[in-house]
Amino acid sequence: MAAVSGLMRRPLEQVSGLLRRRFHRTAPAALQVTVREAINQGMDEELERDEKVFLLGEEVAQYDGAYKVSRGLWKKYGDKRIIDTPISEMGFAGIAVGAAMAGLRPICEFMTFNFSMQAIDQVINSAAKTYYMSGGFQSVPIVFRGPNGASAGVAAQHSQCFAAWYGHCPGLKVVSPWNSEDAKGLIKSAIRDNNPVVVLENELMYGVPFEFPSEAQSKDFLIPIGKAKIERQGTHITVVSHSRPVGHCLEAATVLSKEGIECEVINMRTIRPMDIETIEASVMKTNHLITVEGGWPQFGVGAEICARIMEGPAFNFLDAPAVRVTGADVPMPYAKILEDNSVPQVKDIIFAIKKTLNI
Amino acid sequence: MRKMLAAVSRVLSGVAQKPASRVLVASRNFANDATFEIKKCDLHRLEEGPPVTTVLTREDGLKYYRMMQTVRRMELKADQLYKQKIIRGFCHLCDGQEACCVGLEAGINPTDHLITAYRAHGFTFTRGLSVREILAELTGRRGGCAKGKGGSMHMYAKNFYGGNGIVGAQVPLGAGIALACKYNGKDEVCLTLYGDGAANQGQIFEAYNMAALWKLPCIFICENNRYGMGTSVERAAASTDYYKRGDFIPGLRVDGMDILCVREATRFAAAYCRSGKGPILMELQTYRYHGHSMSDPGVSYRTREEIQEVRSKSDPIMLLKDRMVNSNLASVEELKEIDVEVRGANQWIKFKSIS
Repeated sequence: MAAVSGLMRRPLEQVSGLLRRRFHRTAPAALQVTVREAINQGMDEELERDEKVFLLGEEVAQYDGAYKVSRGLWKKYGDKRIIDTPISEMGFAGIAVGAAMAGLRPICEFMTFNFSMQAIDQVINSAAKTYYMSGGFQSVPIVFRGPNGASAGVAAQHSQCFAAWYGHCPGLKVVSPWNSEDAKGLIKSAIRDNNPVVVLENELMYGVPFEFPSEAQSKDFLIPIGKAKIERQGTHITVVSHSRPVGHCLEAATVLSKEGIECEVINMRTIRPMDIETIEASVMKTNHLITVEGGWPQFGVGAEICARIMEGPAFNFLDAPAVRVTGADVPMPYAKILEDNSVPQVKDIIFAIKKTLNI
Repeated sequence: MRKMLAAVSRVLSGVAQKPASRVLVASRNFANDATFEIKKCDLHRLEEGPPVTTVLTREDGLKYYRMMQTVRRMELKADQLYKQKIIRGFCHLCDGQEACCVGLEAGINPTDHLITAYRAHGFTFTRGLSVREILAELTGRRGGCAKGKGGSMHMYAKNFYGGNGIVGAQVPLGAGIALACKYNGKDEVCLTLYGDGAANQGQIFEAYNMAALWKLPCIFICENNRYGMGTSVERAAASTDYYKRGDFIPGLRVDGMDILCVREATRFAAAYCRSGKGPILMELQTYRYHGHSMSDPGVSYRTREEIQEVRSKSDPIMLLKDRMVNSNLASVEELKEIDVEVRGANQWIKFKSIS
């Protein structure tokens, strides 16, 4: 059909085409996958791959997930593998940890990480510390996942970032994906890891589509835990971030590029174990550093990065003190204008970069 | 020098053990087994309970006696070592409660699972670890079951999940192990223990709810030794009928000082769970001679008379011994032999201070 209409429009070309039998190929539309779909895919693939993997949490089964992240999984795998729990975080987190100790591989969802505080004893004292306390005898192959940090208008009790709290504890691995590729690769690695892994997702990112590279479409696509990614190469300043703020950093970098400032944006991907080597190498190249996070400043992720930079070889390469861009040191307010100004915005990142570069 | 001494002591203890017991056994005809009456359990939401009579074989009787005596000796040794500052930190002893750990083990299979709180040395032994591994762990040695990294409250073995320091946290863990049992479909059960103090923890009720909802093969066991640290049960619980606290979960109250009662109740509870009916709750009424831990003399909140009364009337080892001797399952001398053996065996390494 296309050939016929083509003949009408461009007869000369088509004649030569007919003579040479060329095949026309349209460029394939880039595969766009939202973060939500990526997590769903990752869990689906791991559930299929290993019988011992199962998901439990509030509303994960028949409701398809409070944020629809587990959509379709209950229909596919049934009651045994996708379990709706009562509202009993401490209880079901403990049950998940016990199941992991007995050899299963649970994915324990917290509807948001704010509710994980109810269960934090099970995460730290029963899960994180056990492998060490038992002298390597008892492993706990569990994943704790759910949305972390600020959302939109959900106010103080539903907006806390737990990266620093969980990142503090030996025995836990803590990851914080930004885009779809991160989300899929990290959840799969987390599920396959024999240690307790905390996966800090972000509710505002769930619906955001990203281009999915072809490697990410494989069922064995894994992103190694403990390795950061340089999202954007630069020469003037290192900008380190995790989760949603990575996007803001890239936006800031685009704006500053027009002014001749080239930012190197690092997506941490993992909070613990932190990939300080990638950050150090970058700082040794750019001589300037800022960190960007959604959580509170005191004892935060940025504070840890700054401390480690000071303790390592990169300190001598700094031309200015490192600056942290963080959430405001207040419980999250409700009014939009207050909320907007309580989280790092692109303008705050630009301001911090210029201040560090003394521009 | 040390190696030579160890070799010498081994030879001596070997010489002391074998000939005497062989001679004794040969000179008496013992009964092969005997039937005993045991106390009827109080029941909650159950039509029938465990049987009120049980058969004890001579072989089992001797085994239980030896195990209980070993736990008793081990705990008293730990007391000594603690006072010498060779064991540090927390040390919670279970002497007086031997019928619980040995009786529970007698009622289940090695492929079943068990988890408890911090008063765990007895269970660590009955679940299969040697006294040597346990004492080495308590004294912070590399040869300890957790390589010295866990200590008193963090000892693990196959199908034994500790040793847990946070009061009550082990109960949801136990329900989770039961979930794994059901998931794997192998007819295994999980014994999930907690004390009378822990019985008031909220997460236990969360675990009851989910275990009942999902029919998990979990035997919740409240080891009621009458005191949560220094707080007696009347001062801590609005209802001290711990076997009823599971509400919709059937329960039984068991004499925890009588090993045969514990064994029968455990067999009953395990059969209940294995049949797919869901969880069940057992309250074991027992008593600890020591205080809550080594830093508690144990007499500010209870009387010495009370402790003495339990020792003289309800000591679990004494009760078993009397039963066995009175029904000709064993002789007094034979049991004394076992006492000497347990005391003298080379598991009681001379520990030097490691500080």
